[in-house]
Amino acid sequence: MVIPNIAVDAVRHLGAVAPDWPGHPWWHWVVFTLINIVFILVMIIGVIYIERRAIAWFAARTGPNRTGPFGLLQAIADAIKILLKEFITPMNADKIVFWIAPAVVFAPVIMIFAVVPFMNGAMLADLNIGILFVVAISSISTVGVFMAGWSSSNKYSMIGAMRLVASVISYEIPVVLALAGVVLIAGSLSLNDIVLAQQTVPFILVQPLGFFLLFVGGCAEINRSPFDLMEADSELVAGFHTEYSGMKFAMYYLGEYGEAVVMATIISTLFLGGWQWPFLPGWLWLILKIFLVFFTMVWTRATLPRVRIDQLMAVAWKFLFPLALINLLVTALQVLAGWPEDLLWLMGIVNYVLLGVLILLWSRMYKVGWGRIEV
Amino acid sequence: MLADFGFVGLFIIVAIAFSALLIILPVVFRYLKIVPYNPNPIKNATFECGMETIGRTWVQFNFRYYFYALIFLALDVLAVFLYPWAVELRQLGTSGFLGALVFIIVIVVGYLYAWQKKVLEWK
Repeated sequence: MVIPNIAVDAVRHLGAVAPDWPGHPWWHWVVFTLINIVFILVMIIGVIYIERRAIAWFAARTGPNRTGPFGLLQAIADAIKILLKEFITPMNADKIVFWIAPAVVFAPVIMIFAVVPFMNGAMLADLNIGILFVVAISSISTVGVFMAGWSSSNKYSMIGAMRLVASVISYEIPVVLALAGVVLIAGSLSLNDIVLAQQTVPFILVQPLGFFLLFVGGCAEINRSPFDLMEADSELVAGFHTEYSGMKFAMYYLGEYGEAVVMATIISTLFLGGWQWPFLPGWLWLILKIFLVFFTMVWTRATLPRVRIDQLMAVAWKFLFPLALINLLVTALQVLAGWPEDLLWLMGIVNYVLLGVLILLWSRMYKVGWGRIEV
Repeated sequence: MLADFGFVGLFIIVAIAFSALLIILPVVFRYLKIVPYNPNPIKNATFECGMETIGRTWVQFNFRYYFYALIFLALDVLAVFLYPWAVELRQLGTSGFLGALVFIIVIVVGYLYAWQKKVLEWK
């Protein structure tokens, strides 16, 4: 509790006084840089723990339960073990790209937390282009993955990386348009303003279609099952990180779960009200919501089988993109109509009915593609 | 606001430095003899399920998302232009909405043409 109080205090100073560089704002930067890096690492450990225990639970196993109480320290033990492992650079690899690639994947994951509010105004920098920053930075990881796949000089890695690029550019469009729906209602790109706009009603109740699009598209963009074709281990060994070992492999592992944390954070900030909720301190609510969203992702993974690549692309282009456009236009009309604040629940009901009708109609209108395909 | 961007810029440098540290740490450990280092030709060869790799990896091969990439480019431009419009829609009013509608229709016509030409099929 002490650190967030100092931080909020620092932000108030930053807002009230013109930010003169030497002096008080520096402490704000130092405190939040430390908070962000510690936060992302702790969240990754927590998320890995949830994933392994929940998947074990769904598969009627126990999961890791020996290291520390309830197996809580398993991720730390794994990290220490993998840090001390030998690392191999393949003979045929493009050495420089091979060494840079893990950093290109992992660094953007940390960067995104610069604009995420932990409490009212408690963030590294309240950028007025917050969501654009998130969208722009989160695309960089794809470049890193492609660097890894290309430089490994391994055919499986190459195909895995190609698939990743194909799926990410396909799912980018519905995700970006779904975010635009939230921007329409909140009237601002700053994440802090968007959370403040959810004071009365979280946007999941007003924008159910946007939430659905962001969740599906997000799962595909961070390559979680059922969309994890780039590392489909039954056909591609391990995808782009087949040739990686030691700490560089661990960075892909961290980066993958870091992206999952980022996606869960974005979903809970934009649609579940971020730090807004009574009784508990805001940052604790944010953490709980992130874990809740991530648990839903794990649940999806445990329930659905992996799709095929042509089905993956068909869902993005023929199903999600038209729905995203319709969602955007309907939201724009509702905003223009000047929906009164106390009738937001009615708007929510209208949108929920729309969600059901659209998904039912649209899934009748085209075929995802089944049976064998000619290659 | 400018100071905020400066903060973010500094934070990005810290993030890159932290990632670089994670890469360099095992190298330091290797010099300290904590991490083992025993290379041999078999270990450093390309992994391919036990078989020896035939030919090079960096060759041309047919991957079917060339057209996807082109459509993505058009639609991403659409998304970029819609963001400022989405922020200011309340001020722009109906005329702003109609302008964006014309823009979206132009893009959607192209999208439907691509769909009708079976560009969106994976074949």
